[in-house]
This record gives sequence, C-alpha cells and structure tokens, in this order.
Amino acid sequence: MNGTTEIEVRGLNFYYSGNIHALKQINLTVQKNSVTALIGPSGCGKTTLLRCFNRMHDLYPRNRYEGEILFQGNNILSKDVDVIDLRSRVGMVFQKPTPFPMSIFDNIAYGVKLKGIKKRSDLSERVERALVHAVLWDEVKDKLNASAYDLSGGQQQRLVIARALAVNPEVLLFDEPTSALDPISTGKIEELAAKLKKEVTIIIVTHNMQQAARISDWTGFMMLGELIEFDGTNKIFTAPSEKLTEDYVTGRFG
Amino acid sequence: MTSVQRRKIEGTIALTLSTLAAFMGLFWLVFILGDVLVHGMKSLNLSLFISDPAPPGAAGGGLRNAFVGQLLITICATLVGVPMGVLGGTFLAEYARGRKIARMISILADIMVSVPSIVIGTFIYAVLVKPLGHFNGWAGSIALSIIMIPVVLRTTEDMLSLVPWTLREAAFALGAPYYKVITQVVYRGAATGILTGILLSIARVAGETAPLLFTSFNNSFFSLNMNQPISSLTVTIFQYAMGPYDSWHEQAWAAAFVITIFILIITMLGRLMIRWRYR
Amino acid sequence: MAMTLKRKNPVDLIFSSITALASVTVILFIIGIIYVLISESSLSIEKFGIVKFLFSTEWNPVKEDFGALTNIYGTVLTTVLSLLFAIPVAIGIAIFVTEIAPNFLKGPIGVAIELLAAIPSIIYGMWGLFTLSPIMSNYIEPLLKKATANIPLVSILFQGTPMGIDILTASVILSIMIIPFTASISRDSFNLTPAVVKESAYAIGATQWEVVKNVILPYSKLGVFGGVVLSLGRALGETMAVAFVLGNNHRISTSLLDAAATITVTLANEFAEADNDVYLSSLFYLALVLFVMSFITLAIAKFFLLKAERKYSR
Repeated sequence: MNGTTEIEVRGLNFYYSGNIHALKQINLTVQKNSVTALIGPSGCGKTTLLRCFNRMHDLYPRNRYEGEILFQGNNILSKDVDVIDLRSRVGMVFQKPTPFPMSIFDNIAYGVKLKGIKKRSDLSERVERALVHAVLWDEVKDKLNASAYDLSGGQQQRLVIARALAVNPEVLLFDEPTSALDPISTGKIEELAAKLKKEVTIIIVTHNMQQAARISDWTGFMMLGELIEFDGTNKIFTAPSEKLTEDYVTGRFG
Repeated sequence: MTSVQRRKIEGTIALTLSTLAAFMGLFWLVFILGDVLVHGMKSLNLSLFISDPAPPGAAGGGLRNAFVGQLLITICATLVGVPMGVLGGTFLAEYARGRKIARMISILADIMVSVPSIVIGTFIYAVLVKPLGHFNGWAGSIALSIIMIPVVLRTTEDMLSLVPWTLREAAFALGAPYYKVITQVVYRGAATGILTGILLSIARVAGETAPLLFTSFNNSFFSLNMNQPISSLTVTIFQYAMGPYDSWHEQAWAAAFVITIFILIITMLGRLMIRWRYR
Repeated sequence: MAMTLKRKNPVDLIFSSITALASVTVILFIIGIIYVLISESSLSIEKFGIVKFLFSTEWNPVKEDFGALTNIYGTVLTTVLSLLFAIPVAIGIAIFVTEIAPNFLKGPIGVAIELLAAIPSIIYGMWGLFTLSPIMSNYIEPLLKKATANIPLVSILFQGTPMGIDILTASVILSIMIIPFTASISRDSFNLTPAVVKESAYAIGATQWEVVKNVILPYSKLGVFGGVVLSLGRALGETMAVAFVLGNNHRISTSLLDAAATITVTLANEFAEADNDVYLSSLFYLALVLFVMSFITLAIAKFFLLKAERKYSR
C-alpha cells in the first residue's frame, strides 16, 4: 500500500481567532492516489484540519497556523505561497451542494475560465470531460444551459464535484459530502470517490464510520483537536492500537 | 357577566378597532389614488407630452420640458448613485464584513436614508450652485444621488449578506481571487435583490421635490443643458398647483398622475421580483 | 512543481480600495453637510448667537432680524399632532395584518401599505391642497369648532375662520403619509414574536386580543418604539406634504386653524428668493437646526431598533 507521498503534515498547530487552539501537534502522511478519511466526534477538528490543506482559514482574520504542511515537498503554510494557485490545485467539495447561480455549463466552465482558458471549444470539451468523470453527463447533457438550481440535491453535489475536477486538481478535499443527501445519491458519490482516486488524491471528512470503512484506504481518528491514531483503514476498524479509537469505532461514544 | 365573557367582549372590541384602522388606511389609499387617477386621466392628452408650456394663463401647451428634464436628472442621479451604492455595499458585506467600520457606516447610512431631503438641497446649493452663480441640472442630479447612495448601499449590503457563505468558499476553493468571487459569483446570487433595491431607490428619488427646489430649480423652456436650470415634473407640480390658473392645476394633476403611475409600477416590479426570487 | 511567489492579487487590492472609498462617501457626506451648513450659517450665528436664534420669534427679512422659534414651533407641533393621529391607526393596521386578517388578505393589504408608502410626498401635498383642504374647511373644521365651542381650554385650539390652510390640515396630511411607514415597521416588529411564545399563551386559554396585548406588544415594544421615533424623524423633515397647506406664517398661534411655518416650509418657500447675505445665512442656520434635530432623533430610533434586533436575534 505504500506509494508516493502527496502531502505530509508535520507538527501542525492551528489557532482560531488568535487563541482558540483547534489543532494540536498533527502529524500524518497522505499517499498519492489514495483515499484518506478523517473521522471523529463533532468538534474534534477534522474539518478544521481539512480546511488547512487549501488554506481556507486564510479567509478569516486572526487565524494562525504553526508547523508545516508539505505538498509535493513544498510547505504550503509558508507566507509567500499564492493561495489562489494552491486552491486551483487542491480542490474542495462542501457539505451542502454549492452550485453557483449560473447555468450548469457555466458552473463547470467557471473554474476553467479562471485558469485563463477562454476558447468555447476548449471549454466545451473540459465541461463534458468533467461531467462524464462525475457520472453526471448522461443526466444533464440535454440541458447544459438550464440553471444549476434545477438539479436535485444529489445531482448538484455531483455537479460541484465535476466543477472541482474541471480545473484538474491534484488533491480533492471532501467535507462530509453526503451528509445532506439521500442514500441513493450517497451511494453514487461514494462510487465516484472510489473511481476518482486513480487520478486525484482524496481526503474526506465524514461523520459516518461505515462510509469511511467503505471507501478509504487510510483513516485518521481525531478527538479534541488531536490525531489519536492514523493507520490503514482495515487496521483502524478491526484492530486499532488505541483504546479511544476502539471505543469510537465500536460505537461506545460519539 | 362572567369574566370570560368580559374578556371575550374586550377582545372583540379591540380587534374590531384594529380592523377598522386597517380599512381606514386602505380608504386613504383608494381615496388618494382614485383622486389622482380621475383628475389625471381627465387632463391627460398627447400635447402634454409633446409640447412645451404655453405662456402663463394661456390655454394649451404641455410639459415636454418637465418630462425630459425629470428623465435627465433621474438618469444622471442613477448613473452616479447606483455604482457608488453597490460598491459601497460590497465593501460593507465583503471586505469589511464583521468589522467595526462596516457596522458604523451601515448605521450612518440608515440615518442618511431618513435625513430631510431639503437639507441635502441646501448642502448642494452651497457646494454646486452658489460657487457657479446659477442653478443647474447637475446640482439636482447630485442631490438626488446623495439620497440614493445610502438606500442602494444598505440594500446591497443586506442582499450580499443573504448569499450563503459556502458559495464564496466554493469559489475560493477553485482558486478564484476575491474580486472575481464577488463580481462573478456573489453578485449573481444577489442580483435580483440588488436590482430590486435599485428600482426602489429610483422610485424614491423620482418623486423627490424638496432637494430640487434650489438646485436644478425650474425652467419654463425646453432644455437639455445640464449646466443650466432644468425643469422637473415634481417642481413643476409644486409651482403649477400653487399657481392661480385652472389650466395649471389640470396639468399638475396630469403630471401627478404620470409620476404616481411610474413610481407605483416600479415599486410593484421591485416587490414582485423579490417575491419571485425569495419565495 | 513551482509554487508561484506572488502574494496578493493587485486587481483585488484595487477593487477593495474602490469599494472602501465608495462606502466612506457616506461618512464624508455627513461631515460635509455639517461643515457646509455651519460655515454657511456662520454670519447668522455670529449675529444672533445660538440661544437668541433658537428662542426668538422674529422673522423679518426687511429688518434683517431672524429667529427660529416660530419655525421650530410649527415643526414640532405638526409632527406631534400627526404622530398622535398616525400611531393608533398604524398599530391597528399592524395588528390587523399580523393577527386578524385571513391569510388571503394579509398579502394584498401588506402590498397596499407598501404602495401607500411609496407615493411621493408631493402627491400627498397636492391632494391635500385640492381635495382635503376644502373638505376640512367646509365640513370638519366647522364641526370641530361647534363641538368644542363651550369647552373651556379646548375651544382655544379651534379659534379663527376655518380656511383649510392651517396646522390641522397639514398635520392630517402628514399623518396619512406617515401611517404606512409606521405600520410596516410595527408589523415587522410584531412578526419577530416567535410562534412558540404565542402558542404557549393560547395554550393557557388566552384570547386572541390577550395574546396581542400581553405577548406580542410587550415582546415587540422596543421595535415599535424605534419605529415610532423613526417616523418622528421622518415627519420632522417632511417638506412637500405640508408645504401646500400650511401657509407660511411666522407667528406662534394657539389655534390649530391658523396658518404656520415649519423649518422645511420656510426653506422651500424662501430659500431661492433670499436676497441678502444675512437672510440666506439664517436659512442655512435653520437647515442646520433641522439637520441636528432629525439626526439626533434618527440616531435614537436606530439605537432602539438595533437593541430590539439584538434582543430577538438570539
């Protein structure tokens, strides 16, 4: 299971609003072309950690990182990193679908246009490829100019994934991507994640342990801002080394 | 009489009074609108729109100068007021979101919305009329735009705040810089609301009279020169209604009719848009 | 892979600066208005001072002697009277729209009130001159005069010939204009009362009126009060609704059937015609007094509305 290292987190601490210590001494390694799941009770810091990988926290004042996150060997927490460029390489999918108030086509073309691609034929090609990738093409190919708001919740979420894929990211962050979806849509998104890892590295935050067990190769269990245990998914769910992990995955708390 | 009966009777009386109050409010609306409609329709004719005023007291003539002047003043005010208001609201809701300065400007803008418009007229008189030595159309437009800016600014701020924050994060996550997130995603999400705010602000200033009295003043002749005094419907209504001639009174009713219909249509349009968007 | 080294997008910096500038204009306007009004009225301030100007009933362009009291009196009197007429009606409307009206009526009446609020004040003023004023002078004012003739003190309010161009007519028009504004703010405040709280009152056997009286009104009193003060601020500065029917009479009269002058009406009628420096400067001084009065009133209103909002947003 050992491949190339995509992301390496070293001694990461994170503080909200200047002083709330939300992440404590996190160390972990994310393998290229794998699915890494972060699980743990609410408020454990798993989403906070996820949002460090594309420096989403920079949007809000007085947030502070300490330590290093090496992405392909470069520290993305360094002050002189262009976060705009970083985010086009590390995509993100949110809890609730976030279609933009535009047509289906424009939603997906949006990120591509940001990269400077303006030619209609290039755009069409990228849009189609992304939609096919996200297994949405067949459902929307006849109504690309319809508003993205006309799609169902599950379709919207796949649209958003397609939008993220269209900019060819190297890493894709999923923040509880199925928590607002019905079981059938959830199944489709899970299949999609498993399929996508051939091309991108996936990190997923989920509150659903079965989901983590189903789709991930690696799992990190977090509690109160600390990474309690990080290991192969099978090991975490069958023979965890830590008592806390065992209690959590066997449903004794959380 | 039992206490329950007494309570019920008291309730019936109070609620009946409230109902009467509501119908009294509606009664005024019907009365005023009906009056403007009846008188206005009677005096409405084509020459009102295509001829300029006849000499005082003489029959005939129209208010072409005032219609065109009103349009000119309102359009110029909108061209200044809307961009300023939208951009200012953007600062409050985006770049300065949650900061003390945003809160302060927001409160001051709310106060500015209700500041007496005639005071703004005196301010512009001192700044744009007195130094030039004569009344002029620009002064009228600027006075109206000062009334417009806080209205548009506050609606823009409110409407941008309604756009879910996750939508911005989603755009950031694709690597968009903030100005693109705002202009390409957030504005689209809030477009209907902002447009409604703009429409309502136009409705608001189109009926303003006081700030024009000593800025754009009035002009009995047709003029497109914004450097000179220029006629407006509202100031003309004031002058004609207070004047001694019946023909003036009729034209004042007609002008009142046109401006009321215009403003009501814009207001309805705004309300419909917002209802259709946020149903 | 190469991490680019640029930090902040220059376009973003420019755009954010432009928006910041646009929003700061609001502050600049307020400072500008205060500065300009003070400097333009400095001549009059020097000549008459503050106390003497505020308390002098003189308004004599020929002798160049000016005081604000007659204008302030007219402004305060018409405002207070119009609020006395408007508040009960407006609150009645708000109760009707939020609690009593069947659902299919709530929407249309709400829209009608908003439309009434959108009609420009000059229409109210003109309608007052042509339609209401004759009705007042022919029917209502003689009736009031007769009814109060034998009541001491009250009869003082209705002395003189009913002309229809007077404080009473102006106040009635002003109140009609303010009703929809006050009503829609009160309605918004009423709507802030959580349904659960209302339901729990019904659950212990309260009548509909008791829910209004004991739950909704106390719950929303801050907001309603803020709305009333806001209406007061609006009424203080209203020009066109009163300019047609108030006359322009710089005299303090105890009769509501006399013509009077408000600050706004004086400005509207005399500003463009002021023919000497002291006269014009005194008019600016009046505008300054009005600006300060309404700014303070509006600030108080905003204070209460914010307090109400904060209290119930939790």
